[in-house]
Amino acid sequence: MRYAAPTTVDEAVGLLAADADARVFAGATDLIPQIRSGRPEPSVLVDLKRIDRLVGVGESGGTWTVGAATPTSTLTADEAFTGAFPGLSEASGLIGSDQIQNRSSWGGNLCNASPAADSVPALVANAVRAVVAGSNGERTVPVEEIVTGPGQTSLADDEFVVEFQVDTPPAHTADAYLRLIPRTEMDIAVVGAAVRLTMDGGTCTAATVALGAVAPTVVRVPDAEAALVGSTLDDATLEAVAAAASAACNPIDDKRGTIEYRRQVAGVLAKRAATIAAERANA
Amino acid sequence: MINRTHVHCTVNGDEVDFLATDSTSLLDALRTELGLTGVKEGCGTGDCGACSITVDGALNCACLMFAPEAEGREIGTVEGIAQGDHLHPLQETFLEGAALQCGICTPGFLVAAKVLLDENPTPTETEIRYALAGNLCRCTGYDKIIHAVQEAAVQLNGAKS
Ligand SMILES: Cc1cc2nc3c(=O)[nH]c(=O)nc-3n(C[C@H](O)[C@H](O)[C@H](O)COP(=O)(O)OP(=O)(O)OC[C@H]3O[C@@H](n4cnc5c(N)ncnc54)[C@H](O)[C@@H]3O)c2cc1C
Ligand code: FES
Ligand code: FES
Repeated sequence: MRYAAPTTVDEAVGLLAADADARVFAGATDLIPQIRSGRPEPSVLVDLKRIDRLVGVGESGGTWTVGAATPTSTLTADEAFTGAFPGLSEASGLIGSDQIQNRSSWGGNLCNASPAADSVPALVANAVRAVVAGSNGERTVPVEEIVTGPGQTSLADDEFVVEFQVDTPPAHTADAYLRLIPRTEMDIAVVGAAVRLTMDGGTCTAATVALGAVAPTVVRVPDAEAALVGSTLDDATLEAVAAAASAACNPIDDKRGTIEYRRQVAGVLAKRAATIAAERANA
Repeated sequence: MINRTHVHCTVNGDEVDFLATDSTSLLDALRTELGLTGVKEGCGTGDCGACSITVDGALNCACLMFAPEAEGREIGTVEGIAQGDHLHPLQETFLEGAALQCGICTPGFLVAAKVLLDENPTPTETEIRYALAGNLCRCTGYDKIIHAVQEAAVQLNGAKS
């Protein structure tokens, strides 16, 4: 393996275009364990962290931009970002220990394409866009179009995510993310649920609900969203949200949970995340 | 073909130069090229924290970094915690409180605990437990380690006032 630390997006694209086995990385917190467990080594390790655009978070003209290689600890420490996207910040902060937090990135969490990736349901719930660079220039796509299945993305060999963009949320809008893991730290989600709501005088006017770890890719739950919009989040609405979330699951049986258990937990977490998002949006 | 990269960085405040094999971890480079064997390998995959170091002041796992990534960075290891022969209060309280048995995990705990106390001189027990969640110990049990960090915090705050 050869290590390369390009300082521009073009240089990084050039390295990928020249060699199909070259791979980009940010924190390497997925990449190195995978290589150690026997996955094929890339020919060139393209370190994205020395490219200015890839690291940093900020808002300008109604759009937040987050560099794809920004450590998640930078996001959770950013008060303005966390104020605007409390759920996205808490989802990012759940990734691993402090050691991992100083390395883990949204770009890696998304493009590693694990169904259990914690930031991804919250990225989807916030309609975050990925700016993708490649030999043909840059294109902007919704994050849900990047992951196509476990370990699979829609990115071409010469493409990588440069940054993420998300609109500054309208007034009285907030998100929340909850996950269930068997212990309190350092484990992989059995289920993750992200909800984003806009409230107007106690009534919900817009809603997105996204679940992680219950299907090959993150799933949106349109029936739960429809139940929320127009409601005051009364008990009947929350039961409908839970039922819709359970029904939207297409989970696996594994040591962390059976299919039945995952369906049940998805309903409970969706309901609770909706309640928290509404409290935040009303505040 | 084995690629090597020349790396210039500081380690515990000293400027160093070394030749890193591109595919090796910073953990291996620190131990073999620079002889800093305080940095331990437990798992090699980010789970145990035995390889904890600081990079520009931030806590990291040396096993999850490629050695050439150290270029231009300030690296800190357990070897930099004592001042000459004078142990850091954390090292004293770990010894006095028997917060170690085999000792493999200890350098990582010390580095992680020092980062915590530098940022938050009066952490609660819960804050300590979360801050050290990335460090595993298979022998001692965590209570003695947590107590040693609490005691060191008391001593450090006493020394300041
Ligand atoms: C101890 C430990 C605990 C963990 N806990 C959690 C957890 O609780 N929740 C969770 O979701 N994950 C967890 N993870 C997994 C991992 O830390 C996260 O997925 C992290 O966000 C990956 O980011 P990274 O920058 O380190 O990715 P890298 O390892 O650098 O990259 C991962 C993959 O994405 C690709 N990639 C990276 N950046 C880009 C980009 N900009 N464009 C295109 N492709 C890219 C790489 O080629 C690689 O295939 C844990 C890992 C460890 C070691
Ligand atoms: S050796 Fe690095 S975390 Fe275990
Ligand atoms: S003292 Fe042996 S692992 Fe902690």
